[in-house]
Amino acid sequence: MMKHTTRQTKNTTGSNFSEQMLAYLHIHAHALFSSLGRIIRNAFTSIMTITVMAIAISLASGFYLFIANMQQLTGSIESTNQISLFLKSHVSDHSGKKLVDKIKQNAKVGEVILITKEQALKEFKAYSGFGDALDVLEKNPLPTVIQVLPKSSLDNIQAVESLMMAFNQLPQVDFAQLDMQWIQRLQSIMQIMQRGVFVLTLLLGFAVIVITGNSIRLELQNRQDEVLVAKLVGATHSFIQRPFLYTGFWLGLLSGMIAWLLVTVILLVLQGPIEKLSILYDGSFDISYFGFFDVISLLSLSSFLGVLGAWIVLHYQLQKIKPN
Amino acid sequence: MLKFDHVSKRYPDAGDALLDVSFHLKSGEMAFLTGHSGAGKSTLLKLIAMMELSSRGNILLDGQNLNKVTEKQIPYIRRKLGLIFQDNKLLQDRTVFDNVALPLVVSGYSYQEIGRRVRAALDKVGLLGKEKKYPLTLSGGEQQRVGIARAVINKPRLILADEPTGNLDPVLSAEVMHLLEQFQKVGVTVLIASHDVELLTQMGHRILTLDHGQLKAS
Repeated sequence: MMKHTTRQTKNTTGSNFSEQMLAYLHIHAHALFSSLGRIIRNAFTSIMTITVMAIAISLASGFYLFIANMQQLTGSIESTNQISLFLKSHVSDHSGKKLVDKIKQNAKVGEVILITKEQALKEFKAYSGFGDALDVLEKNPLPTVIQVLPKSSLDNIQAVESLMMAFNQLPQVDFAQLDMQWIQRLQSIMQIMQRGVFVLTLLLGFAVIVITGNSIRLELQNRQDEVLVAKLVGATHSFIQRPFLYTGFWLGLLSGMIAWLLVTVILLVLQGPIEKLSILYDGSFDISYFGFFDVISLLSLSSFLGVLGAWIVLHYQLQKIKPN
Repeated sequence: MLKFDHVSKRYPDAGDALLDVSFHLKSGEMAFLTGHSGAGKSTLLKLIAMMELSSRGNILLDGQNLNKVTEKQIPYIRRKLGLIFQDNKLLQDRTVFDNVALPLVVSGYSYQEIGRRVRAALDKVGLLGKEKKYPLTLSGGEQQRVGIARAVINKPRLILADEPTGNLDPVLSAEVMHLLEQFQKVGVTVLIASHDVELLTQMGHRILTLDHGQLKAS
């Protein structure tokens, strides 16, 4: 039957394949632009819908960027699973150097750096802001520090900890400190936040689907007559739902673009304070904005969610519009 | 072309709308369907247009059993039909051109073909030059003729009209009926539901009379 009718349609059109393709593309292009035209004509409603969607998307993507930036921050200090040995104050720089040579012979140790009292004072003056106050002191109060980087093969925390304990036993060492601990704490906090942002993103994505779905439902209600007449003159399901799916696409795409704009503006506002903070941390931190692929994925995801929301509503509501 | 074979339609809460209706409409034949209001005229047309499904019996359209048509095939069945309604069901926010073009647009015709055919159809119903008007700016008779143009643009084998003259005065009614007769003359099968008995008898075509869902005379 299907074959019969399609053949008949082809015959009555009297057109070849390429003409049919052209007509098909025409229908798509028409649905694409007429749905955009409809969004623009109903500017007020559209702006409200798109704004709500954009806020949801910008929250999700903003948190995503926040996490990405935090990861960059923790990533840059990740390599410092180093052990700091604070030497007793009577230990001279010279015997400090000797100790360095001794430590270097340990098979578990990768790199060893000596920070003499003078170096420490210089750095402290430069970064702490207490430069003038330090000038008042007669004696340099800072100890000699040896920074020990364990071999990279030594990746479990117990091994690094036992190495630290061993250094703590050395007579010259006042105390040894493992820098990794606070980083690990930070990283577990980051993991919790990452999980939280993931859940939040799911929720906000769901919100985008629901918002699109609802506005498609309203539009379907407004255009009920049109749907009815189209059905009566032989429009297929896919023909009828096509413009609505494109509406969902536009809503998703436009709100994605506005979300991108919102997040960028927020980052620009935050850039000044963050740069100040960054200077206090050796200036090693740059804000990462959305990259090219981030933007592409953001826009495709938001458009996809828009289409999905529209599709779900059409799937259930279009059946209900029946001519009688 | 169209065959009803012991067709019944029962609505769960309104009882039998059609009861054991059988008739055969030959290709190129024109017939009127008449009867008191509520006799089942509209129901009969709805069964052909697949807006309803029969409870019993078979309807054969062009040799095809409508009981065996799936949901997905319904649009293709409807493309064989030209439907005309009492309230003409024109889209008020679309121009005459767009209204008439709709059946071709949904069937995926090329733009050139659509333009050519729409002008030809409007010419046939005497509305050439009104393509850019909106339905509400036209008179009742003109609106109904736009509806007819839309019904015939797909070159249907069968035209179904449900009270096409219901909202028109006698002069316009006769005009519309004679217009539909023109399509019969070129080989289209036409079935018109109407209770305007006076006009129908004047025209001298076959008359199917329904009484409480049963076919009395044909």
